[in-house]
Amino acid sequence: MIRSAFNRIFGMLIVMALVVTIVFVIVRVTPGDPAAVMLGPDATAADIASLRQRLGLDASIPQQFLSYIGGILRGDFGQSIFLNMPVTDALWQRAEPTFFLTVFSLTIATLIALPVGVLSAYWRGSAFDQAATTLAMFAASIPSFWLGLIFMQFFAVKLGWFDTSGYGGPGASFGERMHHLVLPAVTLGLISSALITRFTRASMLDVLNDDYVRTARSKGMSEWRVVVKHALKNALIPILTVIGLTAALLISGAIVTETVFGLPGVGSLIVSAVLRRDYPLIQGALLVVAGLYVLVNFIIDMLYLIVDPRVRY
Amino acid sequence: MAAIAQSGFREPNLLMKMASRPTAMAGLLIIIAMIVLALLAPVISPYDPAQLAVRSRLQPPTWQHLFGTDDLGRDVFTRVLYSGRTSITVGFAVMIFASIVGVFLGLLAGFFRRLDAPVSRLIDAMMAFPDILLAIALVAALGASATNVVIALGVVYAPRLARVVRASTLVIRELPYVEAARALGVPTPVILVRHVLRNLTSPLLVQATFIFANAILAEAGLSFLGVGISPDIPTWGTMISVGRQYLEQAPWIMWFPGGAIIITVLSLQLVGDGLRDFLDPRLAKDI
Repeated sequence: MIRSAFNRIFGMLIVMALVVTIVFVIVRVTPGDPAAVMLGPDATAADIASLRQRLGLDASIPQQFLSYIGGILRGDFGQSIFLNMPVTDALWQRAEPTFFLTVFSLTIATLIALPVGVLSAYWRGSAFDQAATTLAMFAASIPSFWLGLIFMQFFAVKLGWFDTSGYGGPGASFGERMHHLVLPAVTLGLISSALITRFTRASMLDVLNDDYVRTARSKGMSEWRVVVKHALKNALIPILTVIGLTAALLISGAIVTETVFGLPGVGSLIVSAVLRRDYPLIQGALLVVAGLYVLVNFIIDMLYLIVDPRVRY
Repeated sequence: MAAIAQSGFREPNLLMKMASRPTAMAGLLIIIAMIVLALLAPVISPYDPAQLAVRSRLQPPTWQHLFGTDDLGRDVFTRVLYSGRTSITVGFAVMIFASIVGVFLGLLAGFFRRLDAPVSRLIDAMMAFPDILLAIALVAALGASATNVVIALGVVYAPRLARVVRASTLVIRELPYVEAARALGVPTPVILVRHVLRNLTSPLLVQATFIFANAILAEAGLSFLGVGISPDIPTWGTMISVGRQYLEQAPWIMWFPGGAIIITVLSLQLVGDGLRDFLDPRLAKDI
């Protein structure tokens, strides 16, 4: 087990190193001078030269790469050009709405997906199963930003239950801020429930025909206990994996949803960074998000290792 | 040897099998209908998608303007048809590009033991980036244009395809006919194309269909955010982003392009699902 753990840690470090390399390379594929692109057509040669120096673009590529890695190891993700502050500070300032948006939408998605997926598998082939499967596929076909706009049009514009956008003023109370998150969280939650439903159904189907489920039944155990205590408990690991990975992937949904609802979160920060060509900020955001994904993946694998002694890496 | 292999095994007609699954068939027909509608846009609609008619702006759906008009008085129905050209073409191009890169990487990793670890780790690292995030970062670096959107989304989806190709190649590599071909001295590239790739078509086709669907969604997202194809070229995503500003007065501007995306993506998913069911019976009922 310890050997497996070391193998897995080694594998994760390699993937992390590759992630850093990819993030570094992405900005270098820019045709022309990144400094000139960032400053736009009106920049003078002197401006460009000074920005080049600030970004360290005058050094050779391997040198730039080394100093980039050095910075990351020290926790220095560079300076945002437009916000004039460290990238980590910029991301941290915007973390609250994104954090709560992710937590709420994941909760909504799980509350829908778990019961629907379990019942779908239990009543496999029934009208319920077919309806649920079709609905899940339908939900996976809806652009999240479009669903957000539909909700906004109906609940905010027509009924006036919510503000159309924003996160409350600067002095808004916690309750007001959360009120602003209702529509975005429902939007994202509904759409991400599709994936979790599919996985819950598939992993339940895997275990429902297993011997121990049959044994539990033949012992005269109630159906409820068979399904929840025996089947669901065993199907839960893959389901939790999907939920964990969905959490990391929700940032993709957050990017568009935050833009739709004008939430000042990490997602909308990334979009404005892209529009302003703020490369250090884009790089930092990519690194943090991909790093979180690799980390979540790693933690899940380690949990497998602890929970199931048969697992080897 | 090759002759026997070719005459002895014939792929059953895909279309015939498809017909036995009504949902997949319906999906296929709708996709074809969408493509035909997009291609025949000038024949179907009397309007010019770019023609401004400020006097008839923001009109609700009527018989004259089936889907209403937008902020500049342009016919929304016409623009949905023309946008379909861009959106479907981009989705298709992404599928082709991702398939080429994905097959290449997947074959490398699956067939050559030495390359497996490095290529697989690269695939893992690529898949750590959420699709939209990686795509907008790539478009930001490459510059916004239709070609670059295709490249960016192709790079995003290629690793997913590579994973599937690798997994299947690992199995095929050990099959007796590959060993036989090797023993006969068939050159490796020929083995890869004739014996491995040909037997990969099923999982490849299924995965490619899903990538087609996802690419249409992702392109719409990029265009909506204003970081994709230039706003002058109508796509379903840019139409929705215009409609967003007229949510109160003219919500139909964004209703219909959204509907077009859903119909297209859903039918592609139905086709992909159907393909998976009868190309890989083992998986048929599970997912």
